[in-house]
Amino acid sequence: MHQRKQLTILTHIVCIFFCLVILAPLAWIMLNSLKTNKEMFMDSLAFPEIPQFGNYVRAWNLGLYRYFGNSVLVSAISLAGILTLSSLLAYGLTRFQAKYANVIFFIVLGGMALSEQVALVPLFKILKFFRIYDTYGAVILPYIAFRIPFTVFLMRAYFLSIPKELEEAAVVDGYNSFQIFTKIIVPISSPVIASCAIVNLNFVWNEFLFANVFLNNKALQTIPIGLMTFKGDLKVDYTTTLAGLVIASLPLICLYVTMSRQFVRGLTSGAVKG
Amino acid sequence: MKTKKHTPYLYMLPGLIMVLCFVYIPVITNIGYSFFRLSSYSAGARFVGLDNYRRFFSSDVLPIMLRNNILYAVISLIVQVGFGTVMALVLESTLLKPGASAFYRNFYYIPALISLTAVGLMFTYIYDPSVGFLNGLLKIFGIPGKGWLGDSKLAIYCIIAMSQWQFTGYITLLMVVAFQNVPRDYVEAAAIDGAGPVKRAIHIMIPQAKEQLLVCTIITIIGAFKLYTEVYSTTAGGPGNSSQVLGLFLYQQAFLHDDLGMAAVTGVFIFVITVTLSIIQIRVTRSGQE
Repeated sequence: MHQRKQLTILTHIVCIFFCLVILAPLAWIMLNSLKTNKEMFMDSLAFPEIPQFGNYVRAWNLGLYRYFGNSVLVSAISLAGILTLSSLLAYGLTRFQAKYANVIFFIVLGGMALSEQVALVPLFKILKFFRIYDTYGAVILPYIAFRIPFTVFLMRAYFLSIPKELEEAAVVDGYNSFQIFTKIIVPISSPVIASCAIVNLNFVWNEFLFANVFLNNKALQTIPIGLMTFKGDLKVDYTTTLAGLVIASLPLICLYVTMSRQFVRGLTSGAVKG
Repeated sequence: MKTKKHTPYLYMLPGLIMVLCFVYIPVITNIGYSFFRLSSYSAGARFVGLDNYRRFFSSDVLPIMLRNNILYAVISLIVQVGFGTVMALVLESTLLKPGASAFYRNFYYIPALISLTAVGLMFTYIYDPSVGFLNGLLKIFGIPGKGWLGDSKLAIYCIIAMSQWQFTGYITLLMVVAFQNVPRDYVEAAAIDGAGPVKRAIHIMIPQAKEQLLVCTIITIIGAFKLYTEVYSTTAGGPGNSSQVLGLFLYQQAFLHDDLGMAAVTGVFIFVITVTLSIIQIRVTRSGQE
């Protein structure tokens, strides 16, 4: 038993060591985001004389607020689109015994295998042709389309587990199929919808490839691409850029801390149970 | 339920149309583009047969890109999947209390929540030769600093190291959940038979979670061949082409050199690799369903 105790302590030491490996770069970024540029250039490992919270205010006012607003808008509309279209699709696939349901499921599932890079150039041309390029729609539409396969995959598995009897009772009460969807299926499926929402938010909020190519106008850019622009604009003002990076990273970390259960379920049901 | 024959299709149609229009059509069009010479900013296109493929496969940059993408895949497999799984086993061993184990697991996952661009930009400062964290740390131990991202021999390793920092905790999280799904009686039975923690891990835990392990392996390899943002936000492929990768090459050919045909061929190349791996992944996850 004595040996076991030593082993437990050793395990904790190893685990804490890796916590430090994760923490050190982040702590260094935060430390320097609170300094003046001069202090950072003198010694990037030293503490600031007076914490410069003004860096955060400056980063926010220098354009981050706009990128933030764009990200909130793009994420909200994309999420609404992803969840609505995916749940309707999964409902149609699972609750009707439709003749071609398997074919459609196969097509949608196949979308999971296609990566964004491969669609990049033609999408650019298509968006230009329809004059959607450099509007919010230029990223929202591809985000919705690229996330439907994965989301349908998760929702379908859940919908299949809902007992048929619930629907039969609703039919007796005179519900039509759309009422069954909104009044029975959606409320019962709220856990899986929450998981899908969080996992997709993680994707949309951080997406870079499409945002970088399809959004040229600074006034429309989302946070990931805005950060690149931001760094380019500020050049030698390192500490304000660092403050901007901290602000940009906080929302999802906070969300994870508060909703880690839904997060984990979404991530893992996607990978394991499919 | 009594419904008209076309009712289910009305529910499926909007989502299906989105997927067809914005996923399938572009991907198929991309294959078509690979046989043409065309520009981003004008409509003209000239059929050139396999010329783009010839140029792609005889390009000087191709061996560098393949080396970098494969290097990224191999190191990620060893660190993220290999070491990440070992950490998951440690966290799920009986040595730690559930609360402590959950804390570590959540802590390791934090970097995966930060956007790739933010992490890329953070590390350009960490690797900075004059004010960077890394050279600052080395100085304390009296070790001379290095150029890191500015050094053509080191750049790709710096990027790979950054990714290991960001995503090892993600794989650990996925594996922890897989290990939690291993039936308790199996593990307890093995313990009663006198199997130690290492034996239990090798003979019970890992075989029981092998599907998830395979999925993690595949998503890691796919990620390695889709690599783009990490390189874009740190070195942009440089110095020279030393940290060039397929995904960034595609982007640069299309939007810097206006050579859409070459970009399309690169796309087809990535397509073949990722689709093959994805089909395997989908088969694996489907076989896990009853």
